[in-house]
Amino acid sequence: MSALWVIVAVLLGVAALLCTARLLLGPSILDRALSVDVLLASALTGLGAYAAYFRDPTILPILLVLSLLGFVGSISISKFVARRPEEHVRPEDTIHPGTKGEGESSE
Amino acid sequence: MSDQLVNVLDWIAILCILAGALLSLVAAVGLIRFPDLLSRMHAAAKPQVLGLLLVLVGIALRLVPQEETGTFSIGTLILVGLFQVVTVPVAGHIAARVGYRTGRIREDLVVTDELADRLDAKRRAEKAQESGGSTS
Repeated sequence: MSALWVIVAVLLGVAALLCTARLLLGPSILDRALSVDVLLASALTGLGAYAAYFRDPTILPILLVLSLLGFVGSISISKFVARRPEEHVRPEDTIHPGTKGEGESSE
Repeated sequence: MSDQLVNVLDWIAILCILAGALLSLVAAVGLIRFPDLLSRMHAAAKPQVLGLLLVLVGIALRLVPQEETGTFSIGTLILVGLFQVVTVPVAGHIAARVGYRTGRIREDLVVTDELADRLDAKRRAEKAQESGGSTS
């Protein structure tokens, strides 16, 4: 059974490394925000595996905090990107400035 | 609880956690392999949440035999799962919306783009309204 725990740790480590690679490579800031989100979820999974291995319930509030933190982080990055759309703007959006920004229309 | 039952629960728990870790790895591989933001978002949202839920089930099965803290920890685990299931679609929707509006998606990979049709129709309607208002 302990071999299975080692396999879990290795899988999560590889997942975190791949997320970090996407975090470094990611072409746009939204890709990076997404990879931070996935990295945080892998950290959540790893902490959960720790709690399960040691039968240690003291870590569970940290899981609660992290699961909300990822949400707040990705939402705030998205809103920050929506405020400054000058980086990669589509031509039709520059012609029609009514659709840029946070979106006055809820399509 | 009897030792035999605890042993069986431990085995089910480790299998759940293994499946969860595997799904996390699948999400990370999808994050690397997929070509644009929307498909990466697909990889990040679905297997990741399912993997996390499986790991939470595994933790619950490991912690249930502890009499003194069992119910409290399971309540916390249910809250964690509920927050993930509620917040991940919202975050994914907002990120995809911002990515579309600021032109960060690859249009050659989009099969159908209903939002563009609707936006075009809306722009045409606005333009027609403007020209109609100026002539009258």
